[in-house]
Amino acid sequence: MNAGRAAGVIAAIGAIAAALVLPRLIYSVLALDILLWGLFAVSVDLLLGFAGLLSFGHAAFWGAGGYTAAIIAKQLSLPFPLAAAAGVVVAMALAVPLGYLAIRRRGIYFAMVTLAFAQMLFYVANEWRDLTGGENGVQGVPKLFPGLSVSRSIDFYYAALPLVLLGYVIAWRIVRSPFGHVLVAIRDNEPRAQALGYPVRRYKLVGFVLSAGIAGLAGSLYAIGHAFASLDLLHWTTSGQAVVMTVLGGIGTLWGSVLGAAVVLFLRDWLSGSFAEASGVVTGAILIVIVLAFRRGLMPALAVAGGLLVERGRRARVPSERGVPGS
Amino acid sequence: MDLGYVTLQVFNGLVNGAFYALLSLGLAVIFGVLRVVNFAHGAFYMLGAFAAYLLGLDAGVGFWPAMLLAPLGVAVVGVVAERLLLRRVYRLDPLYGFLLTFGLTLVLQDAMRIRFGLQGQPYATPDQLGGSVSLGIVAYPAYRLFVIAFSLAVSLATWYVIERTRLGMVVRAAIERPDLTRALGIEVGRWVTGVFAFGVALAALSGVLAAPMRNVSPLMGSEAIILTFAVVVIGGLGSIAGAIVAGFAVGVLASLGAVVNPALENIVVFAVMAVVLLVRPAGLFGSIESA
Repeated sequence: MNAGRAAGVIAAIGAIAAALVLPRLIYSVLALDILLWGLFAVSVDLLLGFAGLLSFGHAAFWGAGGYTAAIIAKQLSLPFPLAAAAGVVVAMALAVPLGYLAIRRRGIYFAMVTLAFAQMLFYVANEWRDLTGGENGVQGVPKLFPGLSVSRSIDFYYAALPLVLLGYVIAWRIVRSPFGHVLVAIRDNEPRAQALGYPVRRYKLVGFVLSAGIAGLAGSLYAIGHAFASLDLLHWTTSGQAVVMTVLGGIGTLWGSVLGAAVVLFLRDWLSGSFAEASGVVTGAILIVIVLAFRRGLMPALAVAGGLLVERGRRARVPSERGVPGS
Repeated sequence: MDLGYVTLQVFNGLVNGAFYALLSLGLAVIFGVLRVVNFAHGAFYMLGAFAAYLLGLDAGVGFWPAMLLAPLGVAVVGVVAERLLLRRVYRLDPLYGFLLTFGLTLVLQDAMRIRFGLQGQPYATPDQLGGSVSLGIVAYPAYRLFVIAFSLAVSLATWYVIERTRLGMVVRAAIERPDLTRALGIEVGRWVTGVFAFGVALAALSGVLAAPMRNVSPLMGSEAIILTFAVVVIGGLGSIAGAIVAGFAVGVLASLGAVVNPALENIVVFAVMAVVLLVRPAGLFGSIESA
């Protein structure tokens, strides 16, 4: 076992330990929110950091997963892991046509296309009242598990934790796999990847669908955890929030997204107690500061501080600072 | 199918199209020179409507002077934003400009929500345009006809300036071949602030126009901007005429969709976008792929 690998194992054990004690340190609803928004932001980073695709419409998959899981858990009284699995399947199935269309454009147009499709889903959910409950949403979603009572939020936290960690492991595996390396190659130089014989579009589409599945998993557990699926899940600010967390944590760092989620949620939690609910002003201001002054994000800064930089720092790349085609 | 209703919907579509055209026109001009897709365009539209509303409420300024004053005032906000914020990201990947203006949108929209609440405020239609005009089969509100005509006039004037004047030549060259334009010794940067202010003023003007028809509310801009993005994907940001034509065409198509089923109206916009992506991924009027 070399030093890098050992450090990785220690970091993984540390992360799991942290996830286990987190609800003892802060209240368990916030703890679950951090893990799930973190997973959601990781799915955004998977595309942005490793395929160079800024999805501004990931709420589509977070919301599709959330609504599916909520409706299934409520109508069929299924255990929550099955409801979440259904959410993942629907999110991925939805991502196939949307991704197929969206990857026909690049860069800023890709962001606009994904944003527009997510908004379309928002309108559909708003109109399709029989299924989604329209503005009332799907309320009173049960948390079920055979032989166990998981309805208290702290119990649900631990019951959902294995699934959440599975989501993180899958994201990590994708990035580390040969597939992930090809995505990075496409990000860095698409014509070259194509010339090397990689079916570039198919890679992007598979990346998009996998990312949507992870977002769908996070959204499913979020809806079940809050016992509620509403139009907020599909709102454009939800997509934007995930992007803010990713950029704050550091594009292309994967775990930075979790850190970004924690910072944003703590700030909002703290502010909502002290003065008027001003989450938009806070999130917007964070984003402006990050873009202007701190584009690499928190994670690389922390890594430098911790002296862990060596390998990760080289990997953690922001989209080229100059406009390079295909970046 | 009722012919009167269809006629009505075609005109409603032209009204919606008038807003898409004005907004995507502004986006195209700004993108051309700044290489920034201005997410905050919807927020400036909203600020324009609020400026007209507040001018009327606090200073008794009517609709007609507001059509001049509100865009000027919002353009000043735009100039400040350009000088303080946007200026710093021109050299970066366009994604950063998008993120920056998204952040600005959140701040502006939420600040207005905290100050004025979410409830929409009514704004009176100007007296001169109060009644309706007979179109033969149906009567149509005079104000809405004015919106169509006014937007067409502004669009054509902008098109004229950009296609037929020296100022426009520079802007056009900067839109189509920014690097070559710079290489020919034209300082694209000098035009930046002015062009951004113009684009923002156009957005604010659309907001003033919208005020008597739609409630003035902090959220009015975000829906407008997302639909406008779909229009921009359809028409492309590379051509002024394309922005205008796509704007009106999408507006009419969406309203005709509403004839079939009212719930379809906005969804048609996205369906058209999907078809265009499938058939002509670069957009109807061949746009430049940004990095």
